[in-house]
Amino acid sequence: MSSARTSAGGDEYLGEHHVYEPHRAGLPPVGPYFREVWRRRGFAFELARTTMHAQNTDTVFGQLWLVINPLLLAGVYYLLISVLQGGRSTAADFATLTSGLFLFYYITGSMQAGATAVTQGGRLILNTSFPKMLLPLSTVYTAFRRYLPTLAVYLVIHALTIKHFTLSMLWLVPILVLATVMSLGLANLFATLQVYFRDTSSFLPYFIRIWLYLSPVLWTVDKLRSAKSGLHHTLYVWSPINPVFGILGAQGEAVIDGHRPGWGVLAFGAGWSVVLFVVGAWVFMSRERDFAVRL
Amino acid sequence: MISLSASEIVDTEMVGKASRERIAIRVQDVHLTYRTSLQKNPTLKSAIVRLGRRERIIREVKALQGVSFDVEHGKVMGVIGSNGAGKSTLMRTVAGILPPTSGRIEVNGRVSTLLALGVGFNSALSGRENVTLGGLAAGLTRAEITEKYEEIAAFAELEDFMDMPMRTYSSGMYSRLAFAVAVHMDPDILIIDEALSAGDAHFKKKASDKMAELVAKAHTMLVVSHALGTIKELCDEAIWLHKGKLVGRGTPDEMITAYTKFLQVGEDSIVLEDF
Repeated sequence: MSSARTSAGGDEYLGEHHVYEPHRAGLPPVGPYFREVWRRRGFAFELARTTMHAQNTDTVFGQLWLVINPLLLAGVYYLLISVLQGGRSTAADFATLTSGLFLFYYITGSMQAGATAVTQGGRLILNTSFPKMLLPLSTVYTAFRRYLPTLAVYLVIHALTIKHFTLSMLWLVPILVLATVMSLGLANLFATLQVYFRDTSSFLPYFIRIWLYLSPVLWTVDKLRSAKSGLHHTLYVWSPINPVFGILGAQGEAVIDGHRPGWGVLAFGAGWSVVLFVVGAWVFMSRERDFAVRL
Repeated sequence: MISLSASEIVDTEMVGKASRERIAIRVQDVHLTYRTSLQKNPTLKSAIVRLGRRERIIREVKALQGVSFDVEHGKVMGVIGSNGAGKSTLMRTVAGILPPTSGRIEVNGRVSTLLALGVGFNSALSGRENVTLGGLAAGLTRAEITEKYEEIAAFAELEDFMDMPMRTYSSGMYSRLAFAVAVHMDPDILIIDEALSAGDAHFKKKASDKMAELVAKAHTMLVVSHALGTIKELCDEAIWLHKGKLVGRGTPDEMITAYTKFLQVGEDSIVLEDF
């Protein structure tokens, strides 16, 4: 594994003096690397903007589709859980379902788009020296832009079903920050895996579907509390190790229940987000210089 | 244990600075070995179904083996060699895209590349969007790109096509834009790999004039070309690579004579490949 370094005051990618030589640690110098990512953030945002433009998601009907699609999905799942619960679902259950589903799809959407960020950037990677982490960063930004209209739709659903807005809903801001940090980690991790195994993105929809069923989106932890054995009991006991448990739980408490999220769920959410970010970034940065020969 | 006194350190720094002022590119004993998969698209499925067969699908490629040379500021260095000699790998290593396995590369100045694959990140995006994206990725500011954009568009002569998706471009239009971007980035060092024969006869003349202008302005260049006439015309010096090793360095005439003799194709082939 090799990396580039520059003289003091220099700049690895653009400065006047570049030195490229091998080093054994696997990682490029972390500080200069992230400074360079920050300096070239304009590229990630421009890439997201042009990608959305190419997919027509910046038009009125494109935005409308971004809303209709998850709403239909929420409708299907609401029908499913209503049937399974013998028709006992309430309007508040629909609000709970949509808030969880939209946030879950923000995280997994980032992961899915991030998976192909590097393999689709072939030509640029082969021709230009730049910190490649900008590519998954761009896909997470795109996923965030796609999430925003669904958040607006949720607020309408909230107004129609829960009917009260509390100050605790402001906790949604730090919760979204945690979700974004987790999304970045997952996007980096799966972008790297896709370079080595090109069918990773084909397996992801199955993985995401299973993850959704195991996460407190279609069900709530409270409803499983009374279970003493069986699958419900197992889910209740093991759900805290699910990376999205803390984030979804904190959102449920802040938005649906209308009170400050417990420190426990926040700690779970923050812990998993940081762990996944560090692991994803480490895997990506340590393999990044291999990408040019693998594409 | 070796220790340096303060004055020796200062001397070393001064020597380093002085050589940096003179040398644009210094390649020292560079080896580049990479492992590549024999499969076109390695998949998890094939990795699983292949388990237990003990079949090796990873091959080690020694693309560069102990290559050393340097290029002074303002000089044009040509790189010649047959297919698979490691020329494109060397260009990417000097540009910082491929990391060396051992050895050291020092580059003093802003680099612009015109490599075999050309510009273009996403064929669904327009030429204008790709120019902006390529510039931002290369570290230019939006203001710098805006400033150069009109010049690039005028040079490429693509007119309305600049706002159309690049998938609608012909290969000539594609190469013209790539050439226009690379030469208008105000590089100190221009790395060109097999990309000089862009477009039709009119554009070839224009590209040739632009190259001559850049050479006259004392830009440092590293040029890979099979068109040996171009090497002869543009370069001050040439190196000859064969199977990843540097087999010769000298004036373009010397290297071309040695290379063509080696290939046993004779000097006539120079004219055939030229633009």
